[in-house]
Amino acid sequence: MADEKKPKRKRKPPTKKEPMPEQDPSVRRGNFEEVALGYAAEAAIREAEKCMQCRNPKCVAGCPVDVPIKEFIALVREGKFMEAAEKIKETNTLPAICGRVCPQETQCEAKCIYGIRNEAIAIGRLERFVADFAREKGEPLPELPEKIGKQVAVVGSGPAGLTCAGDLIKLGYDVTIFEAFHKPGGVLMYGIPEFRLPKDIVEAEVEFLEKLGVKIRYNYVVGKIRQVKELMEEDGFDAVFLGTGAGAPNFMRIPGMTLVDVFSANEFLTRVNLMKGYLFPEYDTPVKIGQKVAVIGGGNVAMDAARTSLRLGAEEVYIVYRRSREQMPARLEEVHHAEEEGVQFKLLINPTEVIGDEKGNVIGMKCIRMELGEKDASGRRRPVPIEGSEFVMDVDTVIVAIGNSPNPIVTESIPGLELSKWGTIVIDEETGMSSIPGIFAGGDIVTGAATVISAMGAGKTAAEGIHKYLSEKKD
Amino acid sequence: MYEIKFKQVLNPVTKMLVVQAPDIAKVCKAGQFVMIRVNETGERFPLTIADFDREKGTVTIVFQEVGKSTQLLGRLEVGDEILDFVGPLGKATHTDDIGTVVVIGGGCGSAIAYPVARAFKEAGNHLITINGARSMSLLLYREEMKKISDEAYETTDDGSCGVHGFVTTVLGDLIQQGRKIDLVFAVGPVPMMKFVAKTTEDKKIPTIVSLNSIMVDGTGMCGACRVTVGGQMKFACVDGPEFDGHEVDFDELMGRLNAYTKQEEKSEELYASESGGS
Repeated sequence: MADEKKPKRKRKPPTKKEPMPEQDPSVRRGNFEEVALGYAAEAAIREAEKCMQCRNPKCVAGCPVDVPIKEFIALVREGKFMEAAEKIKETNTLPAICGRVCPQETQCEAKCIYGIRNEAIAIGRLERFVADFAREKGEPLPELPEKIGKQVAVVGSGPAGLTCAGDLIKLGYDVTIFEAFHKPGGVLMYGIPEFRLPKDIVEAEVEFLEKLGVKIRYNYVVGKIRQVKELMEEDGFDAVFLGTGAGAPNFMRIPGMTLVDVFSANEFLTRVNLMKGYLFPEYDTPVKIGQKVAVIGGGNVAMDAARTSLRLGAEEVYIVYRRSREQMPARLEEVHHAEEEGVQFKLLINPTEVIGDEKGNVIGMKCIRMELGEKDASGRRRPVPIEGSEFVMDVDTVIVAIGNSPNPIVTESIPGLELSKWGTIVIDEETGMSSIPGIFAGGDIVTGAATVISAMGAGKTAAEGIHKYLSEKKD
Repeated sequence: MYEIKFKQVLNPVTKMLVVQAPDIAKVCKAGQFVMIRVNETGERFPLTIADFDREKGTVTIVFQEVGKSTQLLGRLEVGDEILDFVGPLGKATHTDDIGTVVVIGGGCGSAIAYPVARAFKEAGNHLITINGARSMSLLLYREEMKKISDEAYETTDDGSCGVHGFVTTVLGDLIQQGRKIDLVFAVGPVPMMKFVAKTTEDKKIPTIVSLNSIMVDGTGMCGACRVTVGGQMKFACVDGPEFDGHEVDFDELMGRLNAYTKQEEKSEELYASESGGS
């Protein structure tokens, strides 16, 4: 053997992710059922077996909520799916949601060492698989520590608030969430469509938190029905976390924004998702959709609005975006899914006016073509209008998905709370504490519109900050 | 769940409900509104608070049955519960002592105008009220209005009661007579508010109108209630519901209020056929 000349090692060709079955695009554009169907156990194990179980894994550093990725994948390899789910839930309150909507390609999977030569391990798909497995089989509750005897109020039940609540209850605090709507979940419920994140999954994740002891009060608009000061001084809450999100929709400063067939993506999606307008008239909330729909914007919300429009029966749906494809903030996967379903991309085009008839109905949208110029503050090349390139798009519905501003109800109701010039809450990045001791904040109300997972990361940071603050505070 | 403690049919199309909602009753003020969802499949819609009793913990709403959702609400009886009742939302009316105030209520709007009028009176103002409706049977809060007013007028479109004409007929006369009016507050159908604002425009009499826009969440999130005020886009739910009547684009508002007419008709028809039209 020693004499034998060592055969030159052939490098295996790069591997791809174990594919996840999806509904066929031509079928799914006509229904609201989930697009991606999830791994079967065999596929999950095959995918997990590729994981190199690195001694110094990099993946977890890419995760805002520190999921023990290596450990949970090791459990998947052994077929211990329930244990894998428990492992994830040690740090992540909402794995079935993260497995569906996290941009893994820029987070954990971007850091995956196996991914240097191959497609990265499909961490997101595995997370989704084990979370779904555990939910369907009925997962056991973790052991909780003795109650500390301190109360924390969480304002808003979106991803930031749910994460903060979940971490605090596991530390032994009494936690009450105050939610303005009649359902929990915030953007997970009103914003992200059923076909991307089924609502019964959101409700199940929230129910799990309730089983751990988190209380939720619905229809409760803090800042109106009760002030934060009252929560702290009269109702016995030792700390408050504000996770109220980026509520107020932005509109373009062009004529025609108040026409009847112009909607904010927030309104359109809330009608469809939270109020189940797609089931009208079985549900009472109506939703209007035309034949030719323009969605203004290039983010995930724009993709959601466009794909929802198709499902409601629009014949032509356009994404109208003023920059180029490479600069679209939406996840590649969402853009890909939208394209597969037949959404048409009108890039480097900026609306200048929505045209209406005498009744306020939309009959067209004036646009101008753009080209990329110098880089702007965000490092992206700035789109500049091409003179004389105006044209009219033939559309009858316009959905505006160009971002949100902070909702002023809560922030305006707290005297002395330091805000940025954009109206977001200023916090200490380490602890999540605002300018007022005992009041913490995180998520879109701090950063402006961002992702579910970054809000969850902020909720986690704040939970640690609250724990530290209350542990050190002398009564 | 929010229990109904008292119900009164005010006229064939208008009902009043007194709802148990102690947390809201404790803090709400005249001019604010609540968002209501009657049942699990229901839609969310805003109703301005007509009255409240802090001690009993109740909030009073008055509404006209104009579609399925208000019909559903109108069928609830004492002891029944409303699924969701959220508030108090929007900004409260400023009811300072400023001199002579004319409070105008049109149709169902009189129910909203009444607590505002009372607050102006209590603040020390000389209170003139104009209570208008299409016909006598539709006039609301007649005695209540008279009781708190220094001068009370009633108008009906058909002349069946009070002045034959519109609320603007009386308002125009008052202005014509050279009466000193420091503020006009109007709530009612959009065309009425539009013409009230027109009537006071020449003399630049400050005029406040209370809008009842289409809303989904009522907390500044959906933008459905956006309205142009003084050339600026405002959200009725968080910036209002009260605005300077001389600055509101009423024609645009009317168009937006009719946005879902077709769907609303379909929903109402279906509801009528399911419930046998009873």
